[in-house]
Amino acid sequence: MTTTEIKSTISDQNSGAVIENEGLSDNQIEINGSQWLEVATFMKEDPNLSFDQLECITGIDTGDGGSLQSRYNLHSMEHRHKVEIVINHDRKKPIVPSIEQVWRIGDWFERETYDMFGIEYEGHRDLRRILCPDDWEGWPLRKDYEGQDSYHGIVVPKIKEEDGWE
Amino acid sequence: MGVLENKFQDNVIVASLDKILGWARSTSPWYFQFGLACCAIEMMASAASRHDLERIGMMPRSSPRQADVMIVAGTVTMKMALRVKKLYEQMADPKYVISMGSCATSGGPYWQHGYHVLKGVDLVVPVDVYVPGCPPRPEALIEGLLKLQEKIQTERPLTRKSA
Repeated sequence: MTTTEIKSTISDQNSGAVIENEGLSDNQIEINGSQWLEVATFMKEDPNLSFDQLECITGIDTGDGGSLQSRYNLHSMEHRHKVEIVINHDRKKPIVPSIEQVWRIGDWFERETYDMFGIEYEGHRDLRRILCPDDWEGWPLRKDYEGQDSYHGIVVPKIKEEDGWE
Repeated sequence: MGVLENKFQDNVIVASLDKILGWARSTSPWYFQFGLACCAIEMMASAASRHDLERIGMMPRSSPRQADVMIVAGTVTMKMALRVKKLYEQMADPKYVISMGSCATSGGPYWQHGYHVLKGVDLVVPVDVYVPGCPPRPEALIEGLLKLQEKIQTERPLTRKSA
């Protein structure tokens, strides 16, 4: 199936789920965040789509106070087609339904994206940081991230681009 | 040992107790076996048959209680820094630390933008020998270990430190 066919299959069964976005490339589909759990379940279980493999979840910060994104790379072993799902989040309140119970691998992927971008996956059964320590402050891969001054009494020297050591 | 020299049989050696203790301690510093990044591969290579650390009396121990030397081999993250400190505190005195490679010494390639990397392990534990390199070759590590052995040899454990 081509991306256009996949897109029409999704929008036929889930009205309002697909958001038209000219800026996306050929293999991407933007989905409305609030309907994502139903769409994900549909994409896995529909015999014509049958996306049985979640390859990756990535977070993206579009910068300059713009939105945060979750991107899901899906692949079907049966039909040998793949697609990338794009979901935009409000920067102030990035919440999206968790698909951890649809594809079990999503568990750690969502924890990683949560750890790095602070996107909250609603319904995840164990949403903790996975790489950074539990008491880490801030979301490191956001563009407006400022490192902390000290961590458990260890001073973190800040280095400016031109001045060298502060 | 001027007076005592040649007064005994040939198989008797006369030396000061400090010197003998220094010799014994310096030639068997067991190191703590843990690696943090790619430097650990070079540390393993040093311990394996081609470079063979056991010929200078060094043997890996898997417990901090049994180790004399901690080789910090690799990038120390903030998360690991607390654990490195805890492991150092668990080692029995006298204890020594070798900072292996640029990451452990100064943060290495992460020194500017690595928000999660400790900028030098000497911020949390005292370091005796720094081994430069990224990663250092086994020869460089062995050079550092021999420097540490020299340092241990000059110590006088029986002499009371003046206040």
